[in-house]
Amino acid sequence: MDSSQLYQEIILDHNKKPRNWGKVADCTHKSEGLNPLCGDHIWVTLKLADGAIDAIAFEGQSCAICKASASMMTAAVKGRKVDEVETLVQEFRDMTTGKLDVAGGAHHLGRLTVFAGVKDLPVRVKCAILPWHTLHAALTQEAVASTEGDNDPIAAG
Amino acid sequence: MSAVPLQTPASGPLDLERVRADFPILSEVQVHGKPLVYLDNAASSQMPRPVIDRLVRYQTREHANIHRGVHYLSAVATDAYEAARGTVRRFLNAREDREIVFTSNVTDAINLVAHGYGRAFLGAGDEIVITHMEHHANIVPWQMLCEEKGAKLRVAPIDDAGEVVMEEYEKLFNPRTKLVSVTHVSNALGTVNPVKEMIAIARHHGVPIMIDGAQAVQHMPVDVQALDCDFYAFTGHKLFGPTGVGVLYGKAALLEKMRPFRGGGDMILSVTFEKTTYNTIPFKFEAGTPPIAQAIALAAAIDYVKEIGLDRIAAHERELLRYATESLQAIPGVRIIGTAREKASVLSFYVGDVHPHDVGTLLNDDGIAVRTGHHCAQPVMQRYGIPATARASFAFYNTLAEVDKLAASVRWVQKLFG
Repeated sequence: MDSSQLYQEIILDHNKKPRNWGKVADCTHKSEGLNPLCGDHIWVTLKLADGAIDAIAFEGQSCAICKASASMMTAAVKGRKVDEVETLVQEFRDMTTGKLDVAGGAHHLGRLTVFAGVKDLPVRVKCAILPWHTLHAALTQEAVASTEGDNDPIAAG
Repeated sequence: MSAVPLQTPASGPLDLERVRADFPILSEVQVHGKPLVYLDNAASSQMPRPVIDRLVRYQTREHANIHRGVHYLSAVATDAYEAARGTVRRFLNAREDREIVFTSNVTDAINLVAHGYGRAFLGAGDEIVITHMEHHANIVPWQMLCEEKGAKLRVAPIDDAGEVVMEEYEKLFNPRTKLVSVTHVSNALGTVNPVKEMIAIARHHGVPIMIDGAQAVQHMPVDVQALDCDFYAFTGHKLFGPTGVGVLYGKAALLEKMRPFRGGGDMILSVTFEKTTYNTIPFKFEAGTPPIAQAIALAAAIDYVKEIGLDRIAAHERELLRYATESLQAIPGVRIIGTAREKASVLSFYVGDVHPHDVGTLLNDDGIAVRTGHHCAQPVMQRYGIPATARASFAFYNTLAEVDKLAASVRWVQKLFG
């Protein structure tokens, strides 16, 4: 597919005006995400209250795919219970690596399906997934998430 | 009488249509239904038909392992491999064939010098001089050497245009300076360094100097005797040859006193369990079966480039660089990274605040291949405070019409990101 189909208005909009940009001052969880391929580098901070995400923010330097993914992620997970968030992380990962057909299967991704097309751009999959890895790392109290090694969505399949 | 010339005339401007017809990939590949616009030549260039044919002929009629074989094919392959060494020697104008070592690439050649010369002759407190614009291949082997020996890496700064600050370079020399290794042409910025002057300074201080020619030999004639460098390295696949073969030129006297890099077959004269006697140069550095087919095809690539003519190549590439620079500069918000006075046809740029990876992905929709990223030169990116650039790098088979396509596509990206 033409990648311009991926660069839809919603993604370009979130790239230009990222939601929840910055830091949660009184965060309970945080993590740093790195994609050495393109130098994407983000920080996710969040505050858990009663087992749900009460506040979440991100900042850093990244390409449009990564930034829009992070922005839409923060909007999608705010207010959700941790187990719901982990389900979304898994579904997002499955969608972008081609294991979940969002048109057919049941899922909770909603507008996040605009990233489905990234599965056809293998070198950009990591850009889309990085914020989700970083969120997962924050929730599991890992300081740094990377798109390489065990977390490599391509190698790990 | 034949109306069609059999080959590109040896003088006058390039017949681009004929030249492009020599490169099958340029017409056989379409991307998103569009003709390929290949502007990633600094990463790897394409291979013309005569080089492909040479590879096929070798594999079809000449292949066997070289040296020591008493049979027919081994002699044929050995002759072709050693003839390739002669072709490389003439290409660089080295004095002797034995000053030409086949390696697997430039990285391998630099590691060979770091190991064979550096580990043998550098000690604690000694210093190695490089520049701020080096490729990681000309940084990391020296860092590893410094770590092992307790030596120190000294870095000559570059200015905003991407030129080495020569006064600062010269100031780095002191009695502890034991080796210099600098790039001839920057892969990220396109800067052509004043290597003749840099070599003269090293010579003045009595320090051996290596030149990384990975981005140079495809753009300009190189004469290692006129330059008077001690080592010069280049690679096959950026010179329209195959991957897997590179070249290290070294002055015979230096190569002779160096340690072998890798131990194994072919690099020995005799082996007993008590003592091994190393082979003479260059074989001392060519342990194991070398890239035979690749070296022979590299020689064919050199013949091809010579036939086209490096002067004509340089003239056409100058025009491509000038036109591309003008075309991109005319687009508001486009910033060109690397504005040295002397540049090879390498153009790094930044489009507004659009991340280079987005630029590269979108240019690909138009069939345009550019490289995006840090170009294995992260210190250069840090120098300019950017994570990456998009880089268009031109070869002599590129056209002004392709530059127009690049500029139009960049305008489209900019509009998309509004």
